[in-house]
Amino acid sequence: MSVLVYINSKNGLHKSAFESVTYGKKLGDVTVITTGSLSADQLATLGNYGASKVLIDRSVEGDDDQQLTRVISSAADTCSANTIIFSHDMVAKAVAPRLSVRLKAGLISGAIGIPSSDGTVPVNVFSGKAFGHVKVNAARTIISLLPNSIQPEQFDGSCAVEDFNGNAGSAGVKVLSTKKPEGQIPLPEAELVVSAGRGLKGPENWGIVEDLAAALGAATACSRPVSDIGWRPHHEHVGQTGVAIRPNLYIAAGISGAIQHLAGVNGSKVIVVINTDPEAPFFKAADYGVIGDAFEVLPRLTEAVKKFRASSH
Amino acid sequence: MKILVCISKSPDTTSKISFTDNSTKFDENGVQYIVNPYDEWYALVRALEIKEANGGNVTIISVGSAGDEAVIRKALAIGADDAVRIDADPTDAYYTAMQIAEYAKSNGFDLVLTGKETINYNGSQVGGMIAEALDQPFVSVASKLAVSGSTLTLEREINGGIEVVEVNTPAVVSCAKGMAEQRIPNMRGIMAARTKPLQVVAPIAVDQMTTYVNYTMPNAKSACKMIDPTNMDQLVELLHNEAKVI
Repeated sequence: MSVLVYINSKNGLHKSAFESVTYGKKLGDVTVITTGSLSADQLATLGNYGASKVLIDRSVEGDDDQQLTRVISSAADTCSANTIIFSHDMVAKAVAPRLSVRLKAGLISGAIGIPSSDGTVPVNVFSGKAFGHVKVNAARTIISLLPNSIQPEQFDGSCAVEDFNGNAGSAGVKVLSTKKPEGQIPLPEAELVVSAGRGLKGPENWGIVEDLAAALGAATACSRPVSDIGWRPHHEHVGQTGVAIRPNLYIAAGISGAIQHLAGVNGSKVIVVINTDPEAPFFKAADYGVIGDAFEVLPRLTEAVKKFRASSH
Repeated sequence: MKILVCISKSPDTTSKISFTDNSTKFDENGVQYIVNPYDEWYALVRALEIKEANGGNVTIISVGSAGDEAVIRKALAIGADDAVRIDADPTDAYYTAMQIAEYAKSNGFDLVLTGKETINYNGSQVGGMIAEALDQPFVSVASKLAVSGSTLTLEREINGGIEVVEVNTPAVVSCAKGMAEQRIPNMRGIMAARTKPLQVVAPIAVDQMTTYVNYTMPNAKSACKMIDPTNMDQLVELLHNEAKVI
């Protein structure tokens, strides 16, 4: 089976790209399509994850949804792909639905695993409160894979890199400016996340959360009330109406664990809850619990992590 | 400006999620339906603000059965001018989007707004599908939208940041937090909503591209292991040796 994997290489190659190629490799022979300016040498490293070939359309610089749809569609026709894989990020959310209409392909978004023997693909539904098992009734399938759903696997492979003209056409959306916080780990891709809620009492107290995140190399997140009152930016809000994440480790301090918050984080592999209230509902969803004051426990945990990191290097 | 706002019903965010018929159907027993929060709080309210500032018309569209009209009336109570219900079961995102695109095509809107996703299926699919069917640009997960003549200026979430973009109408935008504040309908709005036009339109024939075969629930967590708050070295040790996450 011919599988096309779209990779957004604008900011280099990241773990989500390796996950997508690994996923594609489990389904068939992988051709990667990307755009932008990454060097052939860098792109060839995708062979280590199972790609047989990389196509790059260097005429497209940005992430315009119409241009990318045309390019990916051309690539799908060129390699007769019947399955197309995306990483379920902001670009995929704009492009995969367009491509589904253009190719008359069934779109499965938010996949959390590979197809099972009956051909269904597991996805998160009800904001992570349940899983749906979806099958496609069309000749072509598009799967948009949630980050951190599978582990990248390395092969001893090599791959060819070819320039590709996907007839991108013109962009419909004009980008005026971009704001990117420097040095932060994008929350949906983060393997370790430290999150805090109203228990922190004010935005001026976030230093102890950031210290722990820095010691761990984790991203920071927050509960909805905290983002609603403006203590933290909206993009840090995890939960049913915020972002849903599935890190390896989610540490929550001063968050009671309302059902809407749990919906955004219950895909996490391990949950640590720190709360002064032993009755906080979050403890029921936690693997490890600490009943205590975040203002004392977080700095102590930061010190313990630093000590551990220092001794293990 | 003529604006079409797509709304979907979704279970109240506090609903207990369970399934019936051998785990093939969502159990609607005791479930309260609301307007999908992203559609209501952000898409609909921002559309009304734009109309209040610049004039125009706001139409609500939803694909659903007669039973869903209560949810449509609730959206009308917040302030739209009129509503359209495509009389069909919204079997999947593709089917739903093609119905809405068909109506939008024959009625010519400057702007089509959707929520960034529904809170039940979380697909983020319908907006982009409508845009492709209409051959219009699509700005996804927008947190700000300003209108000046036929130019829209938007802020949207991108991977690891925010982008400010400009696009000409007609266009499709999916709306997220930051775009507007929730409005509670007042008594006058609720009364007015009862008599606002709600047109029922027959669906077009569209193939269903995907099927939810069945549903499963996450495995229950085993009991939470409590750690002494003064012994964080133990927590780190467990995270390293037992959970193997650091």
